Amino acid sequence: MRVMVAMSGGVDSAVAADLLMRAGHEVVGVTMKLWGGSSDRGCCSVADVDDARMVALRLGIPHHVLNMSDEFGSAVVDPYVQAHVAGRTPNPCMECNRHIKFGALMSRADALGFDALATGHHARLDSHARLGREDPPRLRRGMDRSKDQSYVLAVVDPPVLGRVLLPVGDLTKEQVRARARELGLRVAAKPDSQEVCFVSSRQGRAEFIGKRAPLHPAQVVESGTGSVLGTVPSVELVTVGQRHGLGAAVGRPVYALEVDVERRRVTAGSREEMMTAYLEVDCWRPAGAGGRAGALAGKQVLVQASAHGRVTRGEIAEGEGGNGVALAAPVRRVAPGQPVVCYDLSDDAVIAWGVARSAALRPGKETVGHAGPVSAGADERPCRPGKEMSGSAGRNS
Amino acid sequence: MCSTTAGRDESSVVAYLDHAATTPTRPEVLEAMLPYLTATFGNPSGAHAVSRRAWAALETAREEVARCVGAQPGEVIFTSGGTEADNLAVRGVVEATGAKACCSAIEHPAVRESVLAGGGLLLPVTGNGVLDCESFAQALDPAVGLVSVMVANHETGIVQPLAEVSAQVRSRAPNAVLHTDAVQAAPWMDLGDIWELVDAMSVSGHKLGAPKGIGALVVREGVRLAPVMRGGPQEKERRPGTQNVAGAIGLAEAMRLVAVEREAVSRRVEELRDMFSALLGDGIPGLVETGACTERLPGHCHVQIPGVESEVMLIALDESGVCASAGPACASGALEPSTVLMAMGRSALHARQCLRFSMGYNTTEAEVTAAAEIVVEAFRRLAGRRGQ
Repeated sequence: MRVMVAMSGGVDSAVAADLLMRAGHEVVGVTMKLWGGSSDRGCCSVADVDDARMVALRLGIPHHVLNMSDEFGSAVVDPYVQAHVAGRTPNPCMECNRHIKFGALMSRADALGFDALATGHHARLDSHARLGREDPPRLRRGMDRSKDQSYVLAVVDPPVLGRVLLPVGDLTKEQVRARARELGLRVAAKPDSQEVCFVSSRQGRAEFIGKRAPLHPAQVVESGTGSVLGTVPSVELVTVGQRHGLGAAVGRPVYALEVDVERRRVTAGSREEMMTAYLEVDCWRPAGAGGRAGALAGKQVLVQASAHGRVTRGEIAEGEGGNGVALAAPVRRVAPGQPVVCYDLSDDAVIAWGVARSAALRPGKETVGHAGPVSAGADERPCRPGKEMSGSAGRNS
Repeated sequence: MCSTTAGRDESSVVAYLDHAATTPTRPEVLEAMLPYLTATFGNPSGAHAVSRRAWAALETAREEVARCVGAQPGEVIFTSGGTEADNLAVRGVVEATGAKACCSAIEHPAVRESVLAGGGLLLPVTGNGVLDCESFAQALDPAVGLVSVMVANHETGIVQPLAEVSAQVRSRAPNAVLHTDAVQAAPWMDLGDIWELVDAMSVSGHKLGAPKGIGALVVREGVRLAPVMRGGPQEKERRPGTQNVAGAIGLAEAMRLVAVEREAVSRRVEELRDMFSALLGDGIPGLVETGACTERLPGHCHVQIPGVESEVMLIALDESGVCASAGPACASGALEPSTVLMAMGRSALHARQCLRFSMGYNTTEAEVTAAAEIVVEAFRRLAGRRGQ
């Protein structure tokens, strides 16, 4: 096969390219220039492009650089800022996977006549052949559970995954590094990349968003009593679950439970109030070949709501009564905008995903237990399975 | 150093049509340079026999460059290339005089960014890619101290109205130093004619058959010019650092050869270029050739291929052994939107579909026909796949 490998300049995609070559494929490396801003780290720097180019040279494969900064700006950066403005906490890496790596880059690969697109993600795909039918492949956790990235790939449209290869999914990170050392690649000991590649470590999230949208101070009020606990300088930067920086000096830890950007108000509460046994999502989108839209109600699953978060058992609710998952044990609230991904009970294959919505607080402290359907809040949007994601408000492409 | 394996080497190149980026060093030039990389290795600034031989070579090269241009040897400053020559002209004059600077909006970044860094002005061009002479005239006044307009544009090859520019500057901004970036024009146009119109002129070795790392700023006697680097009295205290003697010899030899062969080579290459554009026009419906009705350098063929992104096209061409380019690239090698095309009022979409093919002294008919066939074939393949 003719395979395009997205090379970030890191060790995983370097070894992915090597594995594909050894498997006899015709391999071409591509590095995307995603960001022209002042970021100083992550997948966007010139040093990383040089690393990728040098790896390609070492492996003896052609390498090209593609400028995708326009697409990245409109499909990842702008929605990231807009989501914060609306009081949500988006996951830009997932947006990048959907719209850039497995969107814009996939169409470039198509145009250039490639049969498949490969990346260095730690996840596995059951091939068509193994499934014996035309359904999209099942997305499964990587061999190295501690480095597993199936969570950030769950959002990729299932049919697209049919043309994706994830060669390092069958290896542990240590095996990947060992192979890179064997090959003498300069990236063998390179640290894992950080999340949110376009927000530099020097300037930080507050400055990045502050430059692109107006930020507003807000009051921090106590859940239930409504008494004012303190103030925050920028309501847009408060994330549900956040403990530090709430300006609340009450002698016990308080957590942000709800962020109301319009009313400039952060509701804070105790650790107990922080916990919930029901996560609401906008809708469930079946991932891979795991299920069909509308057929998930009552399904027992393992739920993951952050990139390297733990899983909790739960039962999917779907339909008229609301979309969400009732959990066997309470978990910390999930910030609206964060993807919630469900795995099968063997904690292996992705079954469905949805975007967390703001769980409206009820009077008193009855947040533990099935809260049932709640008001839609700021996230009222039509749910088109597999197409839209509420974290991408303002996206125009 | 470790050994590396290139995926594909030069042997798989079918056509090198990127001479505006750089040309191969001519064998005669290399031959002329070799003694100065080996036996005659001296530092021209020393006080002994070895130095004197290097000094004599350097000054002979200076005489030859001056002769090719019609300038005095003392007016030739050797630099590391065109970018440094442009920087020295613009920043050197601005620093020495504190004067206002202006340049066309389509100058090479070496000029444009130097002018902007000094608080200077960019002057508009028309949709045809030539300086808008009316706005230009209006921008001139006696306070203007430096004007820089290139002989011909690096991306489009479009020749600028330098005679009119010169006349306007002399009458409206009589104190101004008129600089021109002749880097792209040097292989094709008579530098003597150009030199008569200006006070300072940049040339670069590697665009005309000499190696990278050598260039010159020819600057008229009497022009006040501050050095942009510090560190030594070389080049009449305007460009410090031990001179690149072999490079200077190479530049002089390349310019001598160009002066002798220029007319014949220009005619031959222009025919090849026209043949190439005709082949592309036949095979690609809707092809737009930039500057087709404007005076252009003979080697430039700048086209818009509707419906195909140049980035994707370049990869397809590279895979088939055709070397071309598509506007400026950033440090990572990714393509950036062309300021030249933007200044010409082209849309971002149009700019993203443009390619530059540039031919040089050693381009052959076989290269050109093979390349045209590959471009047309790639267009059919890519345009056909669009929307899948």
